[in-house]
Amino acid sequence: MTALGKLLRTTAFRLTLVYLVLFALYAVLLLGFFALNARRLVTEQITTTVDTEVSGLAQQYEVGGIRRLVQVVDIRSRRPGSSLYLVATPTGEGLAGNVSSLEPGTLGQTGWVETAYRRLDAPEGSEHHALVRVSELPGGFHLLVGRDVEERERIYDIITTAGRWSMAVVVVLGLGGGFFVSRRILRRVDAITEKAQTIMAGDLSGRLPVAGTGDEIDRLALNVNAMLDRIESLMRGFKEVSDNVAHDLKTPLTRLRNRCEAALRSARTEEEYRTALNSTIEESEQLIRTFDALLMIARAEAGEGGRYMADFDAAEAARGIGELYEPVAEQKGFRLVVEAPGPAIVRGNRELISQALANLVDNAIKYAAPAPSGADAPPPTLQILAGTDGDHVVLTVVDAGPGIPERDRAHAVERFVRLEQSRSLPGSGLGLSLVSAVAHLHHGELRLEDNAPGLKATIILPRAGPPGSDAITSGTD
Amino acid sequence: MAHDMRLLIIEDDRDAAEYLVKAFREVGHVAEHAADGEDGYALALDGAYDVLIVDRMLPKRDGLSVIGALRDKSVATPALILSALGQVDDRVKGLRAGGDDYLVKPYSFAELLARVEVLARRRGGREETVYRVADLELDRLSHRVTRGKEEISLQPREFRLLEYLMKHAGQVVTRTMLLENVWDYHFDPQTNVIDVHISRLRSKIDKGFTPPLLHTIRGAGYMIRDGAR
Repeated sequence: MTALGKLLRTTAFRLTLVYLVLFALYAVLLLGFFALNARRLVTEQITTTVDTEVSGLAQQYEVGGIRRLVQVVDIRSRRPGSSLYLVATPTGEGLAGNVSSLEPGTLGQTGWVETAYRRLDAPEGSEHHALVRVSELPGGFHLLVGRDVEERERIYDIITTAGRWSMAVVVVLGLGGGFFVSRRILRRVDAITEKAQTIMAGDLSGRLPVAGTGDEIDRLALNVNAMLDRIESLMRGFKEVSDNVAHDLKTPLTRLRNRCEAALRSARTEEEYRTALNSTIEESEQLIRTFDALLMIARAEAGEGGRYMADFDAAEAARGIGELYEPVAEQKGFRLVVEAPGPAIVRGNRELISQALANLVDNAIKYAAPAPSGADAPPPTLQILAGTDGDHVVLTVVDAGPGIPERDRAHAVERFVRLEQSRSLPGSGLGLSLVSAVAHLHHGELRLEDNAPGLKATIILPRAGPPGSDAITSGTD
Repeated sequence: MAHDMRLLIIEDDRDAAEYLVKAFREVGHVAEHAADGEDGYALALDGAYDVLIVDRMLPKRDGLSVIGALRDKSVATPALILSALGQVDDRVKGLRAGGDDYLVKPYSFAELLARVEVLARRRGGREETVYRVADLELDRLSHRVTRGKEEISLQPREFRLLEYLMKHAGQVVTRTMLLENVWDYHFDPQTNVIDVHISRLRSKIDKGFTPPLLHTIRGAGYMIRDGAR
């Protein structure tokens, strides 16, 4: 019962019903029109034939009087399939013809009459209907000519019967088709619903069934599956991050705790306590920094920060970072070169792009620092380049340090990855992930290449129109 | 050093509030505490405080709406917003709501103290054209810096750095305050970039002169002050 109820409630079935009613209505109208027209056509034919005969007989009467008319009518009456004829005296007595009885009073009227009649040769009681024309001839005689209309009625009947039958067939086929289509759709929707429930219950690897017919349900299922893919990869990423967060926050937290315990156990003087506390604070600062970076990456990956996008000159941002880092680079023994003639307009968040650049420069300073021994050697250069390349704005930080081996490059962008050479240096392992996340947020990418020797880190961003053109219409919010 | 300040801390975390009240008292300021937005608003309404320290997420009434309501009532007491939300847009929202400064949790007390003292001083609202500390002079109109009789030539950014330090002469200025106000960056560079800028500036204004004016305050930041005092 419920299954049938479900079937009857489907959209497909309801649509079938609506179409059925519409189609039936159309068929009734069409057949009705057809039947009425056929009837009219037959009637017209009868009247034309009868009119011709009447005028012919009237001529005969004019030429040969009543005798001639009676003769002619007699001859015509005997022809097979003949019309109906009756010539009567002014008092109503039949003189010639093939009609034995008429409805009373028929001869009294002139013009077209529909009447019941019986032929002379027909047995008693077999009365038919006819359309007759009665005319009064000069001298008071009546002439009746007519045709049987049974044929007309039969055609009409055939058409209406055909109409009834075809209606029945339409209804049966329509309902049957509706059931069939609805059941087919219902079965697929049920399968999808069932699968969706198992997915909701936690089986994120499940996918909706696709029949392969390429119809609208398939398209929907394919799109939902694509959405599930995305959700699954996000969930996997999320789980990875939380695992990593657990690890990378717990490790320094443990260290922090150990340090406090050690101080409690062994510190004696105030100076020793002070040192322990200071290192505790430093450690917690590092934790906070890691945490902040993680939050930022998560937000950038979730597309946040996109709200404060505006057109700005990335070359100017590059110069700003260059200016910020120039003293520290010099102090660490680099020669910092900034080549950013600009303008290189991008649509984005200046703060985030600046931070991404700062991270790259930080990395270069940290990993490519020259050995402090060779005072005579020329200082290695650290370049910050900004420019445009076709539809792109390219921001590059180039160093001449050890670089990143090719096999590690893809890996280096992942969160918390700290390559062998960097484990001894301070850092969270989030710098490049943040740069990559910022690039993605701006629909760009981070590329790591070999500078032989050194690392060439490039942020490629889509270039925005010249300043002022769309900056005005786009607004700031 | 700024004189005793009266502060109102609107913060729902009792431990954090108690710690702040105690810490401010230790450095000579008077701090009161309100535990929710309604109480904080009522207390702040009479305007008897030098600075308000407002947590963003508060029971009953959130911090931004407290500040907004105070500004509507023409209470202009400087307000510093404390928040766990540190993105650019959060900051902008906070400052638009009428906040004067924005500090992201967790913060160090030294950072908070430095910012609160700067805010309290700002209330005096004097914008001189020439800043003077001992024999160091900075003319904001002609962009000239002199120490004693000697003219010191500075890069534009160095000028702005010195200008900011001298504007807040006698007050501790932290690295993040410098990064925010002189460079307009709100992130935290891994490398000690600010320290190197300061030491360059120091070599220009202090080297060869006595007494040194640009001091490093351990664990907090920097301060320009007349060492002779």
